[in-house]
Amino acid sequence: MKVKYFAWVRERVGKAEETVEPPASVRTVDELMAWLARRDESYAYAFERPRVIRAAIDHAHVKPDATIAGAREIAFFPPMTGG
Amino acid sequence: MTARVTIRIQQADFDIAKEIAALTQGRTDIGAVVSFSGICRGSEGGESVAALTLEHYPEMAEAEIARHAETAMSRWPLNGLTVIHRVGRIAAGENIVLVLTASQHRQAAFQAAEFLMDYLKANAPFWKRAETTAGTGWVDARHHDDAAAARWTKS
Repeated sequence: MKVKYFAWVRERVGKAEETVEPPASVRTVDELMAWLARRDESYAYAFERPRVIRAAIDHAHVKPDATIAGAREIAFFPPMTGG
Repeated sequence: MTARVTIRIQQADFDIAKEIAALTQGRTDIGAVVSFSGICRGSEGGESVAALTLEHYPEMAEAEIARHAETAMSRWPLNGLTVIHRVGRIAAGENIVLVLTASQHRQAAFQAAEFLMDYLKANAPFWKRAETTAGTGWVDARHHDDAAAARWTKS
């Protein structure tokens, strides 16, 4: 699945997007964040406060316990400051 | 007459009078047009702001704004609405966002405009980076925007 990062999440991770293949045991948005955080220091830094991070699956906001099965695109970003 | 819904995300500035004219042109069913424009302020928390740079998630921003526009159209008797959100670098004093609503009578136009702005503030995937006298950094989201959006939830 494609993962996209925005704003300071993108800056900390060091890339705007990538394709990932999490194991079947990673089922929710929460679990995906924890799995990504374990990759290296940059990811750990980006996801150090997971409750601050917002997520969207296929362009719609989702809660941390949302399942990722079937998602084509998941995005992680800070709380929004539009408008 | 069919409703006119215009949604644009763009770098360029917008002309409010022109957008109002586009919304109302040729129609005799509109009795009220409400306009809200959001502007980049030159100060924040005691610091001088030179500019904001807006990043966004393009596909999701279009989808989110369209969803909110559809909700507004179904909740209020509107003849049309326009939402224009700028992205990129915006200097202090410049326009950031425009919401126009049109209806037969003013109540729907006022309420729908406020609803759209509250939702844009809480849910639209844009992020502001501010250039200030204290340096350049990401603007923090404000909790009261979430509260403002929440009050529109029907119980």
